[in-house]
Amino acid sequence: MCLEWLQENRHLKINAHRKLSRKIMTQPAISTANLRKEYGQTVAVQDLTLTVPAGEVFGFLGPNGAGKSTTIKMLMGLVTPTAGQVSVLGQSPGRPAARAKTGFLPEHFRFHEWLKAKEFLTVHGKLYGLAAETLKTQVPRLLEMVSLQDSADTRLSNFSKGMLQRIGLAQAMLNNPALVFLDEPTSGLDPLGRRLVRDVIHRLKEEGTTIFLNSHLLSEVEKTCDRVAFIKKGRVIRTDRMSDLLNRATEVHLRVDAAPPALAEGLQKLGRQVQVNGNRVSLLVDSPEIVPEIARLTMQLGLKLYELQPGQTSLEEIFVRIIETEAEGDLV
Amino acid sequence: MSLLTITSLTFREAWRKKLFWVALGLGLAFLALFAVGFHYVLVDILAHPPGEARTGPGMKIFISQISGIFLILGLFAVNFLVVMMSALTSAGAIAGEISSHTIQTLVTKPIPRWHIVLGKWLGQSVMLVIYVIFMAGGLTLVVYFRTGYFPPNPAAGMSLLVLEGLIVLSIATFGGTFLPTMANGVLVFMLYGIAFAGSWVEQIGAALKSETAVQVGIIASLIMPSETMWRMASDLMQPKLIQEAAFPLISLYSKPSQAMIVYAVGYLLVFLMAAVYVFERRDL
Repeated sequence: MCLEWLQENRHLKINAHRKLSRKIMTQPAISTANLRKEYGQTVAVQDLTLTVPAGEVFGFLGPNGAGKSTTIKMLMGLVTPTAGQVSVLGQSPGRPAARAKTGFLPEHFRFHEWLKAKEFLTVHGKLYGLAAETLKTQVPRLLEMVSLQDSADTRLSNFSKGMLQRIGLAQAMLNNPALVFLDEPTSGLDPLGRRLVRDVIHRLKEEGTTIFLNSHLLSEVEKTCDRVAFIKKGRVIRTDRMSDLLNRATEVHLRVDAAPPALAEGLQKLGRQVQVNGNRVSLLVDSPEIVPEIARLTMQLGLKLYELQPGQTSLEEIFVRIIETEAEGDLV
Repeated sequence: MSLLTITSLTFREAWRKKLFWVALGLGLAFLALFAVGFHYVLVDILAHPPGEARTGPGMKIFISQISGIFLILGLFAVNFLVVMMSALTSAGAIAGEISSHTIQTLVTKPIPRWHIVLGKWLGQSVMLVIYVIFMAGGLTLVVYFRTGYFPPNPAAGMSLLVLEGLIVLSIATFGGTFLPTMANGVLVFMLYGIAFAGSWVEQIGAALKSETAVQVGIIASLIMPSETMWRMASDLMQPKLIQEAAFPLISLYSKPSQAMIVYAVGYLLVFLMAAVYVFERRDL
C-alpha cells in the first residue's frame, strides 16, 4: 500500500516536472526588442532585437566594442536599458525570481580572493538561497566538475587565471540554473581547460539548460553553439543556426587563365561575395550543387580552369565576412 | 538571510585581511602607552601635590580631577581614531567592489541590492561598536584600576562615540555608491574637517562671546554632526569640576542641544537611505 502510494506520488512529481519543463521550453529563454543603451553621448547598444530559444547553446558574436558585454549586463540586470524591452525567463532581468534560475560568469571573473574555493562556493550558494544540506553535496560536486577538488581549501588569491575562471564557472552552476550567461568563459584557459569548459557546456545542454555564450574563440563557438547571432555597432545583423551557417556557406576557390568581368558577373548569379585577385577567384555558395555550375560557366566563357576547390568555411572566415560586408539591419 | 550573509562576509574580509589583528594589536599598544604615561604623570604629580590636595579628602578629589582630565584626553584620541577607522574601512567597501568588478557576482544573485548596502553597513557597524568598547572601555578600565576613578555616564558617552563613527560610516557608504574609493575618502575627510574646524570656531567664538562664530560652528555641525557627538560624549563623561573649570581643549563653552542626537540619527539614516537609493539604480 505504502509502496504503491510512493510510486504514485513519484509518478505525479515526474509528470509535474515534465509539464513545468515543457512550459519553460516553449517560451524563449531570452527575448529583447529594440534594446538600447546610452552612456551620456556614447551609444553602446543601438537597437538590439534578439530571441534565444530555450535549451539551446546560443553564441553571441561581434567585434570589440560592438556592445556584447553591455547587452549581457542588461540581460543580467546590472545595467538599466535606456529604451526597449527585455525579458529573461519570462521575467524582468532585475527581478530576484529571474536571477534565482540564472547563472553568470562575468567577463572579468574577479572574485573575493581572500576566500578559499570551498568558502567562495558556499557563500554564493547561500546568496542563491540554497540550504546548508544542499551545499554540502553541491559544492564538492561542482569543484570536481571543474577539476578543482584538490584546491578546495586554497585561497582564490593563490589561483591562476584559468583556475579563477573555472571556479567562476562552478559558481554560475550552483543553483542548477535554467539559463547560464558565460562572458568569455575560455579567455584565460589552456587547451585542457577549454575542453573542460566545452564538456561542461555539453553537460548543461543535456540537462536542458540554455547557454548564452559570448566568446572571441570562434573555434570553440563552432564546436559548442546551436545558434549564433552576429552583432555590429549595437545591432543584431544576422542570426542563424550554426549547422545552416556552416553548410550554407561553402567557399569555392578557382584558378583560371584569365578573369574577365563576365566571369565575375556570372559568378555573382551563382553565389555571393565574389572576390577576384588576378587569376584567382573566390566566392561563397549556398549549396555544393553549385560547384558543377561554376565549372560549366568557365567552359561557356571559354576559359581554362586549372583549379576548382570547394571547401568548408570556418566560422572565423564567416565572421570576418559578415562583420566586414553585411549591411546593418540586414536580419536573416 | 542574504543580508546577514553579506554581513558575515564583511566580518570574514576584515579577519582575512588582518584588519582585526592590526586594530587589536595597535589598540593594545595605544592602551599600554596610555597606561604607562598616566602612571608616571600621576607619580610625578602626587610627589608634589598642590596645597589643597595635601589633606585626605582633598587628595581624593585631586586624583579624581587628574584622572578625569587624563581619561578625556585619551578619549579625545580614541574619538579621532574612531573617525579614521570608520572612514578608512568603509570608503572602499562598496566603491572598491565596484571598481574591481567583484560586485558583479554579488548583485547578480537573487537578492535585492539594498541587502548588499545594509549588510556591509551592518557588519562595519558591529565592528565599530566592538572597537569603541575595546578602546574607550580599555581606557576607562586603565584609569579605574590605577586610581579607582570611574567616569560619569560611560554607556551614554560610548554610545555617542559609536554614533559619531556611524555618521562617518553612513557618509562613506553613500559616497561609495557613486564615487571611486579615493574620492570617497576625500569626501569623508573633508566633511570631517568642516565639522572639526566648525566645532573649534563655535567653542572659541563662545569663549570670546562672538555670536557669529557660534552660528558658523552650528551650521558646520549641521553639515556634519560627527564632531558634535564627540563634544557631547566628552561633556557627559567628564566630572562636574572640569566642566565648571573651563579647561581648555575639553570643556564646553557652547553646549550642543540634546536635539542634535536626534538630528544625527536622522542624518545618518538619510545618508543610508540615499546610499540604497543610488545603489539600487546605478549601472554596474
